[in-house]
Amino acid sequence: MKSKAASAPYLVWMVLFIVVPVLLVAYFAFTDSSGAFTLENIARVGQYSNVFLRSIWLGALSTVICLVLGYPVAYLISKSSLKRQSVLLMLIMLPMWMNFLLRTYAWMTLLEDSGLINSFLSLLGLPPFHMINTQGAVVLGMVYDYIPFMVLPLYTVLSKIDRAVVEAAQDLGANGRRVFLRVTFPLSMPGMISGVTMVFVPSVSTFIISKMLGGGANLMIGDLIEMQFLGSAYNPNLGSAISLVLMVLILICMGIMNEFDSGENEGGGMMI
Amino acid sequence: MKKAVSRVYLALIYLFLYAPILLLVVFSFNDTDTKSRTVWSGFSLRWYEMLFQDRMLLQALTNTLIIAVSAAIGATLLGTLAAIGISSMKSWRKKVVMNITNLPMLNPEIVTGVSLMLLLVFLANLFGVQLGIGSVILAHITFCLPYVILSVLPKLRQMDPNLYEAAQDLGCTPLRSFFKVVLPEILPGVITGMVMSFTLSLDDFIISYFCSGTTQTLPVFIYSMTKKRVSPEINALSTILFAVILVLLLLINVRTGKVGGRKGKEAQEF
Amino acid sequence: MPAVSGRRLEGERDVEGNPVIELKHISVAFDGEPILQDLNLSIRDGEFVTLLGPSGCGKTTTLRIIGGFVNPDAGDILFNGKRINDLPPYKRGVNTIFQKYALFPHLNVFENVAFGMRVQKKSEKEIRKTVKEMLEMVSLSGYERRSVHRLSGGQQQRVAIARALANNPKVLLLDEPLGALDLKLRKDMQVELKRIQQATGITFVFVTHDQEEALSMSDTVVVMDKGVIQQIGSPQDIYNEPRNAFVADFIGESNILDGIMVDDFLCEFAGRRFRCVDQGFAPRESVDVVIRPEDIDVVSAAEDCLTGVVTQVTFKGVHYEIIVDVNGFKWMIQSTDCQRVGDTIGLRIQPDEIHIMKKSSYSGLFGDYSSFSDEMDEEPSAPEEAEEA
Repeated sequence: MKSKAASAPYLVWMVLFIVVPVLLVAYFAFTDSSGAFTLENIARVGQYSNVFLRSIWLGALSTVICLVLGYPVAYLISKSSLKRQSVLLMLIMLPMWMNFLLRTYAWMTLLEDSGLINSFLSLLGLPPFHMINTQGAVVLGMVYDYIPFMVLPLYTVLSKIDRAVVEAAQDLGANGRRVFLRVTFPLSMPGMISGVTMVFVPSVSTFIISKMLGGGANLMIGDLIEMQFLGSAYNPNLGSAISLVLMVLILICMGIMNEFDSGENEGGGMMI
Repeated sequence: MKKAVSRVYLALIYLFLYAPILLLVVFSFNDTDTKSRTVWSGFSLRWYEMLFQDRMLLQALTNTLIIAVSAAIGATLLGTLAAIGISSMKSWRKKVVMNITNLPMLNPEIVTGVSLMLLLVFLANLFGVQLGIGSVILAHITFCLPYVILSVLPKLRQMDPNLYEAAQDLGCTPLRSFFKVVLPEILPGVITGMVMSFTLSLDDFIISYFCSGTTQTLPVFIYSMTKKRVSPEINALSTILFAVILVLLLLINVRTGKVGGRKGKEAQEF
Repeated sequence: MPAVSGRRLEGERDVEGNPVIELKHISVAFDGEPILQDLNLSIRDGEFVTLLGPSGCGKTTTLRIIGGFVNPDAGDILFNGKRINDLPPYKRGVNTIFQKYALFPHLNVFENVAFGMRVQKKSEKEIRKTVKEMLEMVSLSGYERRSVHRLSGGQQQRVAIARALANNPKVLLLDEPLGALDLKLRKDMQVELKRIQQATGITFVFVTHDQEEALSMSDTVVVMDKGVIQQIGSPQDIYNEPRNAFVADFIGESNILDGIMVDDFLCEFAGRRFRCVDQGFAPRESVDVVIRPEDIDVVSAAEDCLTGVVTQVTFKGVHYEIIVDVNGFKWMIQSTDCQRVGDTIGLRIQPDEIHIMKKSSYSGLFGDYSSFSDEMDEEPSAPEEAEEA
């Protein structure tokens, strides 16, 4: 079809609402409040390295937990009968349709000092257990909110693995464990890569979950950015600098992941 | 034995996923005052009554619906046209456009949010207006567009390119061929894109939070409620939303016979 | 005049009907790569013309130029004498049957056939009448309400024909319409198409890479390669009097040898002199000599003739295919008698079985069966489209 002109309105939109905003972030990051060029904002980002490290640590931890918990789920779903698969998958996705604020709020009521879990413990005569406003609570919230993002891509890849490949491995004498380790697992690498990306990116940049479950003490990058734009520490130039660093970090991570992905695919291919 | 272990495991995971939601639902019917909201004290609909008397909530709901409908229509129109144009582009141009298109999906949402905020504040100052429903609609169209494009493009790729020519061969002008032949072919993708845009817009908090000024959308309203940490109204609201989503999903699934939703799509297309 | 008896060159064809479509000096290039080079073709009213050639020869592009889907870089397209270069496809009096039919999946059989008439805003009564007639013609009466997904390949083909004919075109363009059908169905549809063409009197321009299909259906065959017309003629002409080594090789099997015209009616090849029926060449002119495998008689090696050693024998059903090594050049012979590998046999060729061709850029590329091993059809099979449904 010769209809290149059809995309003209979109191209204008794309430049105005995708390219220009990113350039604006860069512009603000490298200027001060009077609009003069400065590197100070970028330099100040260094002061918050503890926040960056905490975010990366908590994000990575949640991602690993999601992978460990989610892989067996995806695998078991992909192995069940077709009819059950669709129901099980549907049940994985259903909570995603609920706003994550509400899902996080649900955990607030559970984890509070006077919350359900502690009421239950006191019913059993056990001492109360402080959970809310800890890093553990933040990780729990992120795992809860993002685990479907891990299960879905894994399921997609696992369910597409050609049965014949598995059968060929069995035919060549591999037992169940070896089939999994040498065939299924390497072939599911692309799903793992997208799952990890899809959990890690929102985890690392979250600002609500940490606020709701982590209290004020467990500040993350997202909270930091929000504070510069809408919060008490109003400073859009610094906020832009932090956003720019975060964006670059994430894009680099994804670039590495993609490299890793293609590299692993070749390796996987050779193993079989 | 092995089977039993895997069943128990799946059951535990699903329990983990649903227990908090179920508790919200149960406690939305709890007849209690705000202080001891974790103690069951009898069945009541009082929180629902309170909810429906909340003007702010109804305003937020109206705003959200206006935004979601506008964003879905805007993104669908622009995105469908864009997909048609992109599908006829040469490879390198296509690559550049698709990479930029994917950026809002790859970027952390908060970065998309603040970058759009910077632009919208700039534009608002330029035109002497305030951030509000209009700016949220612009922002939502922007982040919905890639989803529309990505759901229409495969349909265009699957379509026999000769169909468009066949219609012209039989006497249709190019425009008429589009409406009579191409559109019916890509319609499923267009509708998927529209539904995804609608639900993404309904659900969005982060970007609305940065681009809405003083206007409240439902998620922004929910956020302000969770900050107060007191009202079981929020349980009632969650229950209603969950029920609506459940019914909608069931309807969609019965209609299309397919599993898949916005985030499912998102997850699978990543 | 050096023309050879029985051979017709382009422009020399009998002109019975008026030309309905004329292509004059058409050239097209895609991305700098020439697809058609100075192509001239005139198609008479009511004619069944086949464009034949290997994939990439420009035959489909030629068809798309007539249909209006490709604009030539140079040259004119005339329709009934009028230049139609700038006329968009929807205003041309031609209709196309696309390679994969391009039936509208969202419409049923009736609506597919009625499509063109609906666009023209014909009355419901007329539409119903015409659709009925068209479906009768393609033997699909009773399928009106059927969804096109639920039709077999052959039935889809018929709907495509009915849909195109319902528009009452002057010229019907068919782009490899039988390519997706299996062999048996293909044969049936060949007969069917020929019948429809004769019944309606519509000019058919048919594109195919299948030489047998071209020979059995057409009034005129246009052999193309590399964007250039190699020969235009009746099927008999094309087969019996190929104009160069490409045509000789592409149409049927051929032994093509280097030869010299010693004199009128006397040529020399394979180290011997043969009487032939061609004349008008320069003395001692180098030529290509074509001898069809079925035109060679196997005789005893004792006779005074070409002799060679049998190197390979393959049973083909109707005949044996025998490869004979004659002084290093491998000949192919088709014979109903079997031969033993290793035997020395004699080959006899009658004067009128020897076809002399002028040298061309294709000389020396074809005709030796040294590397022969049941050549595959050179057309790569189109990727299977039918997986959905």
